[in-house]
Amino acid sequence: MYMSERASVPKEHDDEQTTTTEIETGADAAVAALENAGADTLFGVQGGAIMPVYDALYEHEAMDHYTMAHEQGAVHAADAYGIVTGDPGVCMATSGPGATNLITGIADANMDSDPLIALTGQVPTEFVGNDAFQETDTIGVTQPITKYNIFAEDSDTVGKDVGEAWALANEGRQGPTLVDLPKDVTNGETDTEAAVAESPETYNPPTTADEVILEEAAKTLETAERPAILAGGGVIKGEACEELREFAQEYEIPVLTTMPGTGAYPETDDLAQGIAGMHGTGYANLAISNCDVLVGIGTRFDDRLTGEIATFAPDAEIIHIDIDPAEISKNVKADYPLVGDAGIVIDQLDEAMNQTPPADEWREQCQTWKDEYPLEYEMPDDDPLKPQYVVEKYDELTPDDAIVAAGVGQHQMWAWQFWTWREPRTWVTSHGLGTMGYAVPAAIGAKIAAPDKEVVAFDGDGSFLMTAQELSVAVREQLNITIVVLNNEAVGMVRQWQDGFFEGRRMASEYPWVPEFDKLAEAFGAQGLRVEDPDNVEETIEQAREYDGPSVIDAIIDPAENVYPMVPSGGDNARFALNEDHLEEL
Amino acid sequence: MTKGELPGPAPDERMHPEGRRNSQGIRIDPEAEAEHPPQRAVLSALVKHEPGVLAEVSGLFSRRQFNIESLTVGPTVDDDLARMTIVIEEPRPGVDQAKKQLEKLIPVISVRELDHDAVQRELVILKVNGRDPDKVNAITDMYDGQTLDAGPRTITIEITGDEQKIDDAIDAYDQFGIREVARTGYAAIARGEAPTAQVTQPNQAPTEAQVETEEADD
Repeated sequence: MYMSERASVPKEHDDEQTTTTEIETGADAAVAALENAGADTLFGVQGGAIMPVYDALYEHEAMDHYTMAHEQGAVHAADAYGIVTGDPGVCMATSGPGATNLITGIADANMDSDPLIALTGQVPTEFVGNDAFQETDTIGVTQPITKYNIFAEDSDTVGKDVGEAWALANEGRQGPTLVDLPKDVTNGETDTEAAVAESPETYNPPTTADEVILEEAAKTLETAERPAILAGGGVIKGEACEELREFAQEYEIPVLTTMPGTGAYPETDDLAQGIAGMHGTGYANLAISNCDVLVGIGTRFDDRLTGEIATFAPDAEIIHIDIDPAEISKNVKADYPLVGDAGIVIDQLDEAMNQTPPADEWREQCQTWKDEYPLEYEMPDDDPLKPQYVVEKYDELTPDDAIVAAGVGQHQMWAWQFWTWREPRTWVTSHGLGTMGYAVPAAIGAKIAAPDKEVVAFDGDGSFLMTAQELSVAVREQLNITIVVLNNEAVGMVRQWQDGFFEGRRMASEYPWVPEFDKLAEAFGAQGLRVEDPDNVEETIEQAREYDGPSVIDAIIDPAENVYPMVPSGGDNARFALNEDHLEEL
Repeated sequence: MTKGELPGPAPDERMHPEGRRNSQGIRIDPEAEAEHPPQRAVLSALVKHEPGVLAEVSGLFSRRQFNIESLTVGPTVDDDLARMTIVIEEPRPGVDQAKKQLEKLIPVISVRELDHDAVQRELVILKVNGRDPDKVNAITDMYDGQTLDAGPRTITIEITGDEQKIDDAIDAYDQFGIREVARTGYAAIARGEAPTAQVTQPNQAPTEAQVETEEADD
């Protein structure tokens, strides 16, 4: 089977100019602004109103455009690209349904502060407001779920609009931005220069924290007897992992991570106290519940982390480092608000500290909890395959910097719990929005962002069925990725909740009709594998890893396996269930 | 540990079992007042004078469930800027959060919460039945109002003032039969030399120590 290296971009011809940045139309200006900002990868789907922008791309050989099967695939792939590279991922779609198909992914990026820029086509300006063919008020629809959006009004300023949107997606607290591009504006003539990616003058994200509060925070922390650091996604987004590692080790403070903060601190380190929250480890949640000073860095104290607010770190003074002032005291009152860039503020705090907190006993206690409540599962001989085993095995066989994508549900929690996280930007999933179907397009975006790294996606059978069509892209682009479907023939997390909280009334959660995913993969042109026997897991994984192109492993797992530990929604973090009997007690 | 027995220390074995937070995430100090009753706050925002900003601001207030009493918007001496005056009723943490969320919107340039002594005015236009013009005029005079339109059947009056005055005036006209009322909501500006909204630093709540220092300076 012949595959061009980049099947979705025009083939190069010797007689053609390889690149041109000459700007003749609004569409040229938009693309030039992206190129000027450093973008070289786009994910999208063609369509009527966006055609002028695609036409401009024809000339830009340096821009790799990946045609996805569905706009949702484009936005998740771009989102994952942004997570892995740290630069805004770019997605494109046409007006109307193209734009509305992006909504889930934009909302996802907004919840997770992922850098993303969406370019949407729009009907010509003179038709706007008339319910024209494929017209949707994209600006209105995306306003609550973007950091910034703008309707491009003029061919002469559209480049500036795109540059601004890029800069705003990238600077301060990152997030999604959108530029709505009416067809007359992109088709219209202009002779502007390529725009520079600059945020508006009035946008000044904070950098350094207030010195007075900082001194007080340092005094509190250096005398703490039970200190803990809670590292959120902002540590990774703010490129502050090095600063965090040095700070924690210098002052010997145990570090917990939130789900988006996973990878900010190596789990192999003695001070790593694990992942916190609803399905976090018992030892992490006990540390949070008992600490006397909690340093939250780049975290928004989401309800899946805090559980019942009344019992969240109930005895802790909270030092909250965040670049977004609106996160301070939103869910949990910050006693010491330190607004600024995570790396800079950690350095400031380091300067202000005079001593290591007197916390020897506490560190011992934290180690004891780690020994007492390890993550566990049982897989006796002749028993069905356990999902945790598949995750552990995969981790064992892959390098430390392998990238793991996941959808949403039980499989995501098992991947999160049983993979040993060492590096930032290796955990690519949907956190805040909880978007099922994220894994396949995210694995594609992640692989394109980091072609030299190994990429595996863990998915559930329910989640996989939502975006499985994107496999066609992985095949076309011959991406070496593996999708492991942890198949329990159900939307397992819903089933787990039905069993736990709805008296086992399993309404609409079981999928006895799931297709054979290995066969489905083969139909797409990918390698399809199936594993049911624990003894064959390693061999199957190796077969997938060695294959040149995408593989899908249909892993038939024990349908009775559920996710533990679990703190029920709105529960006390120190009261976690390790099995269904515990859950009944709660 | 048996299978049904919950893992971990029981809540009363916590290192500080008495610790709790209230619904606003604030650690409860049993000695101190912990609850925050709703209060009225007047926010003034300088925003870019461009389409969609009003929708963005009103959308923010509704989706974050801030209780909004009134919102007015109008141009300023700078053609590129408009001023919004927003009256909300929220507990203290809600007011702070509303200010910060507002400041976060890209077209919003600055936000300030006005003091209680700020100059605040609302305008109302009422149309009442005109059978008793002398009595209507007497009430209009009493409230420093103005008659805008008078006909055989209706009289239209304008009154300006604070909320209480306007409520009282509406009550007073009620005897004639009020046909229609249009109220503008509040416009407000800081008293004296204090600026109403300026380009502010990122919101950082002052600590108790800072407040004490400032009070000592005063």
